[in-house]
Amino acid sequence: MGEIPGELKFAKSHEWVDMGEGGTAVIGISDYAQAALGDLVFVELPEVGDALVAGDNVAVVESVKAASDIYAPLSGEVVEVNTQLADAPELVNEDCYGEGWLFKLAVSDEAGLDDLLDADAYEQLIAEED
Amino acid sequence: MGKHTPLYDAHRAAGARLVDFAGWEMPLHYGSQIDEHHAVRRRAGMFDVSHMAVVDILGTGARAWLRRLLANDVAKADAPGKAVYSCMLNPSGGVKDDLIVYHLGADHYRTVVNAATTAKDLAWMREQVGHGAVAIHHRDDLAIIAVQGPQARAIAGSVLPTGLAQAAAQLKAFQATADDDLLVGRTGYTGEDGYECILAGAAAQSLWQKLGDGGVIPCGLGARDTLRLEAGLNLYGQDMHEDSHPFESGLAWTVAWKPAEREFIGRQALSALREDHDRVLVGVLLEAKGIMRAGQTLHHPGAEGSGLLTSAGYAPTLERSIGLARVPRVWKNAGPRVDVDIRGQGRAARLVDYPFVRHGESRIAT
Repeated sequence: MGEIPGELKFAKSHEWVDMGEGGTAVIGISDYAQAALGDLVFVELPEVGDALVAGDNVAVVESVKAASDIYAPLSGEVVEVNTQLADAPELVNEDCYGEGWLFKLAVSDEAGLDDLLDADAYEQLIAEED
Repeated sequence: MGKHTPLYDAHRAAGARLVDFAGWEMPLHYGSQIDEHHAVRRRAGMFDVSHMAVVDILGTGARAWLRRLLANDVAKADAPGKAVYSCMLNPSGGVKDDLIVYHLGADHYRTVVNAATTAKDLAWMREQVGHGAVAIHHRDDLAIIAVQGPQARAIAGSVLPTGLAQAAAQLKAFQATADDDLLVGRTGYTGEDGYECILAGAAAQSLWQKLGDGGVIPCGLGARDTLRLEAGLNLYGQDMHEDSHPFESGLAWTVAWKPAEREFIGRQALSALREDHDRVLVGVLLEAKGIMRAGQTLHHPGAEGSGLLTSAGYAPTLERSIGLARVPRVWKNAGPRVDVDIRGQGRAARLVDYPFVRHGESRIAT
């Protein structure tokens, strides 16, 4: 498994957050999550304009084995979704921190970042899960 | 920790993701089950299926005993080297297991049964021993390697001992040949051509290695399941079980009614069900994007009742979701359009004949 990018924050449910300067966060799932899921074959994303509350079930990733729910790590409004995933869900397996991003959120509550884990804490979490 | 086949170390060395299957620690995949699926349809893949049990039936009474035990007639395997696929039924006509029987010699038949049902099958067979002069020998010293795909037989032929390779090249489907050490059957569970090789556990690693060197890639249980589903092949425990009979499991073709005098376990119960059964197994293709899963229900806009997906998932060759479903028999005449309840939402699907894929090509209009 590769390096966990140091600047990201993580939810315990394995979503990552890349908080940008202008209050927009990019959200995806971690390498640990994609490896556990196996080959992804379908991704169901929220719609642009959806208002999300942190902790809500907002998306689904389906692997050959099972469907897995994705939870909003922060509250905000969906401003963009990764439309590439409709035809190429395997991007999440191949490049989960890059091309395999899921959606972008105009974050309404940046204080929510404090509830997330930093890269080191996330690395510890997954070490314990194994 | 589960049981290990003789190839366990090879799986670990190849980076397999191991999972429990029926008490065995088996490879789910070696990196990507979708890549493995495509390798089998396009070239050649190999599966360690040594978790399945080889049970030899020996003695002068073997043929007669098996003709009573099984719903299909082993008399069809009327010469050494022929094999038959059959259900083993309970007295109510429900399916205890599905298996292959090879006729190896005058007093020697070889069955291969599922891993999840091995203990149950052996207990049942031993219970039936009193009905004939037979010995039942569970060959847990043997391993099984399946090599499948358009290039499988050519590559396997190049690594097998010469005499055996030549004999194997002459095999028709569902025939087998053997030397002292190795049984090679032109059988499989993928819908592709290939061999299943039964050999001493101690010899398995060497054959696995040689096949790998010859370009056959290791494939796990994940690919095994997507391949068999596309090929429309039943999985015991999902598509049929002790409470389902062959007619509602797509297995009517495996029941041999003739000769009428052949008594077999479950015959009487089945005779009553033959005309009078109200459900059938059908293929389902999801029209929309998304994935169907076993256990989801189906409804028909033009007919009563509900159906149930027994197996379902993503089909990598079709790039669509497919499944097998047990549905009211009347649906077959009510039009193909159905709805599948996927996590609370009705999604459009249609009933289709299966197999879904044959010789690597889709058989359905997608």
